Amino acid sequence: MTPEVLTLSNTPLLYTAAMLVKVVVAFVVTLLIVAYATWAERKIIGRMQTRCGPTMTGYKGLLQPIADGLKLFFKEDIIPAQAHWFAFIIAPMMILAPAFISISVIPFGSDYQFTYDGILYSVPLQVTDLNIGVLFIMAMAGLGVYGIVLGGLASNNKYSLIGGIRSTAQMVSYELAAGLSIIAIFMLSETLSLRGIVSAQQLPLWGLEFLPSWVHNWYIFTQPLAFGLFFISSIAEINRTPFDLPEAETELVSGFCTEYSSMKYALFFMGEYANMITISAIGATLFLGGWDGPFFSWMNFLFKVFAFMFVFIWIRATFPRLRYDQLMFLGWKIMLPLALANVVLTGFAVLLWQ
Amino acid sequence: MEAILFYLTALVAIVSAIFVIKCRNPINSALNLVSTFICLAVLYIMLECPFMAAIQIMVYAGAIMVLVIFVIMLLNLGSIGKSSNSRGMAAGGVLAALMLLLTNAFLRRGDVSGTGGEVTSELIKSYGHTELIGKAMFTDFLLPFEIASILLLVAIVGAVIISKRDV
Repeated sequence: MTPEVLTLSNTPLLYTAAMLVKVVVAFVVTLLIVAYATWAERKIIGRMQTRCGPTMTGYKGLLQPIADGLKLFFKEDIIPAQAHWFAFIIAPMMILAPAFISISVIPFGSDYQFTYDGILYSVPLQVTDLNIGVLFIMAMAGLGVYGIVLGGLASNNKYSLIGGIRSTAQMVSYELAAGLSIIAIFMLSETLSLRGIVSAQQLPLWGLEFLPSWVHNWYIFTQPLAFGLFFISSIAEINRTPFDLPEAETELVSGFCTEYSSMKYALFFMGEYANMITISAIGATLFLGGWDGPFFSWMNFLFKVFAFMFVFIWIRATFPRLRYDQLMFLGWKIMLPLALANVVLTGFAVLLWQ
Repeated sequence: MEAILFYLTALVAIVSAIFVIKCRNPINSALNLVSTFICLAVLYIMLECPFMAAIQIMVYAGAIMVLVIFVIMLLNLGSIGKSSNSRGMAAGGVLAALMLLLTNAFLRRGDVSGTGGEVTSELIKSYGHTELIGKAMFTDFLLPFEIASILLLVAIVGAVIISKRDV
């Protein structure tokens, strides 16, 4: 018996309920991961530097994110007198919103099946499946720049301004490399829908039938170069060490968010981690087979996301910051030509394979 | 439902377009322009062109406007004072009113809406909008596409030559 896909036309009520549940779960889980990513980051970096990290608030410091949130929530909210107040207020929202919107197109599990009224229904574990999913994510990543730029510009502070200028140049140049490395992926999958990309990765590796059945065609094996480029440029896009020049605290106080306080600062902080989760989820979906793996589908997906985030944190604990000209050199003269060459090579390979 | 959504989007688009030219502060103008672009993207989606919508946001809102804001930041443009050129404003107003009348006349006389074509909603649903655009671009409209790409290439070469100190 083939399950019936839940749509708005066959069961409006059930569909709406399922949709609401999916939206709420995706949102709440992301928020929870945001909160506990701060704890994990402090704990992991602490251990790597032979410190303990937070230990006092709750068991092993597990209540620390909540305490931090409360502290920031009750602080005085200061808007500098000479700031552009409108841009100053909406900047933190503009950094957080695109990150959460991108989550909506990411498939976080295989189809969930249940029986209702004797009919077997199946619900895709994905808020919505756009057939331009990848482009949608790239568009949202492009909008994410505004938060930082406006924050830096509106604060009317020279350090913020320099932070904002740096982030603009950095994001525009690394988005190109990230976008071009993703192009190679959908040249192979022949679809822009993230769901389609995940199902294309469940075929046997390189079409070789004699391999064991658990070896799947994850694009990290076919496109290792694209994966490397995507990974490096995604670190640059979410402004983390070694590319955290927009908020380089040794040079710029704290960069674009120098003038922010209270909940607005917390929003910037959450935005950074939300972006980290989004990028990890995109990387897991595009290169590591999405929810494909040995455990329950959503568990595989979360495991891959956490693995990505661990590597991001690990890199932050390990690498020194790049100089600005090194960053630009890497972006334009190494990553961009490599990404272009990868696209051309993939084109030839696809042509020969057919 | 769709009509309500359309009017809402159109309202936001027009209001933010008015703010683009009315704002004294260039940053507010730029932000309003971004909002107009996003509204246009929503209109594209309502016309069943999701690919165009994504490209609209990526290219205009994500890249071009970021560069515009970048320039505003670098030049540190402040608020612009009220211009005193009332004659110019009057001429602009008259011109705008004439344009409005002309557009209205064309809209009333034209019969663009409702004319059928090869590309229908069903075709887009079954075949995919991106695929249709790709096919059209690389088969029927190959020459215009190539001309446009050569034009862009020339512009890129020009930018490189201008920014290089010694060619």
